[in-house]
Amino acid sequence: MDFSWLADPFYQEYLLEGFVNTLWLVAVSAVGGLILAVAVAMARLKGPRPLAWFAHGFTTVMRGTPLLVQLFFFYYGVGRLLEGIPGIQDSLIWPILRDPFFYGALTFILSVGAYSGEVLRGALLSVPPGEREAGRAFGMSPFQVFFRLWLPRAVQLCLPTLTGEMILLLKSVPLVSTIALMDLLQAANIIRDETFLVYEPLMLIAGIYLAMTLVLTVVLRQVERHFPGMQPTRHRWLPIRGKEQAPCKN
Amino acid sequence: MNTVSQEGLLDWAGPILQGALTTLEIAVLAYAIGLVLGLIGASARLSPWAPLRGLATAYSTAVRAVPELLLIILLYYAGSQALTALIHAMGLPGQVAINGFVTAVGVLAFVQGAYMTEVLRGAILAIPKGQLEAADAFGFSTWARFHRIVIPAMLPNALPGMSNLWLILIKDTALISVIGFSELFFTIQQAAASTRAHFLFYAAAGAIYLLMTLTSTALFARLERYVRRGQPAQEEA
Repeated sequence: MDFSWLADPFYQEYLLEGFVNTLWLVAVSAVGGLILAVAVAMARLKGPRPLAWFAHGFTTVMRGTPLLVQLFFFYYGVGRLLEGIPGIQDSLIWPILRDPFFYGALTFILSVGAYSGEVLRGALLSVPPGEREAGRAFGMSPFQVFFRLWLPRAVQLCLPTLTGEMILLLKSVPLVSTIALMDLLQAANIIRDETFLVYEPLMLIAGIYLAMTLVLTVVLRQVERHFPGMQPTRHRWLPIRGKEQAPCKN
Repeated sequence: MNTVSQEGLLDWAGPILQGALTTLEIAVLAYAIGLVLGLIGASARLSPWAPLRGLATAYSTAVRAVPELLLIILLYYAGSQALTALIHAMGLPGQVAINGFVTAVGVLAFVQGAYMTEVLRGAILAIPKGQLEAADAFGFSTWARFHRIVIPAMLPNALPGMSNLWLILIKDTALISVIGFSELFFTIQQAAASTRAHFLFYAAAGAIYLLMTLTSTALFARLERYVRRGQPAQEEA
């Protein structure tokens, strides 16, 4: 085992950049994805027929295809098509559209939106209708009922599943190394190419991920504990994606 | 341009189908081995012997905390180097170039086994204790109790989780393309690069994977109805 390369400031810089990018990507995708999830769930429940239909198709496709394929589709497929639009390369948004970070974040936001949207839909359905009717009886507008009552109650019901989705999101970040975005894995790959070390950089990254998963789990546990009205729940500390772990539907 | 890409898709239909078959073969084999690993892991996690329990817990926790892609790359290199070392230790010269197919199956099965351990463990714990005690009371041997009582009683609990894992596995096979083994997605990448019709080919890849996952979902739904025969009717979850 040779870890002497860790002293090299260039490699430290790569690793730091990868680490920061990883955190950014998780943060942006989590926030954007959860907002999209609310929209997707509501579109499926209350949207007009065509919109509900579209949201259903969207979740099916996003959940039925590999994330790596989606990433390639958006970065190489859609990205190359955008490139062909005349004039776009001179426009102000081109620096964004050229950036792999944009495509990585876009893919993850859509993916989180689809998976968590499905979770939220189940949770929204299992909030007893009487509670919403009580809100209406108190004179809340439908808007207020949704944001003060229905959504918070639904989140309460499926919070462990939603936090599980966030851990799965963290674990999918290394995929972006395939679209030349500097994440931790990409940093490790560069170091491996330059030092001819096969394992050590990868093992370092694996250790960092182990630690990040652990820290994120602990942080999210705290979030769950401090969410108003949460019952303390016993759940596995690493999620398995899918309906099997969803405690949302009673 | 459109006509060019259409031609491209037809030209590549053969290799892509071949790739899809390879992907299915990898997935089925990895799933079968992962199932065995999961059974061993779950038994170990429920074993009364602490070191065995610790080992199984370490395996399932570590594998589930590290991203799959990272594990696949790590195990790919570790696997070939470990085998080379083994061959050298046996006094044989040379390097081992591991067959890509074997590596793909091995790596995916190893990851799958960790998740399967958790699914099966939960399902076994959900079996009513009385059923196991009844088996003991009737003088079943440990093995008979395992395959006559534990397995059939656990399956209805385990199947939703197992179906999820199969869907995840199908999607995870795409990760194998990163280590350069020519399965479905690797073939698609080559096709996209050579025809330059990226949009078309990646959309086609999505459609093929979607077909596989939707078909699997339908099949698992039938299977679940089968293992639940003899149970009181349940409302759809």
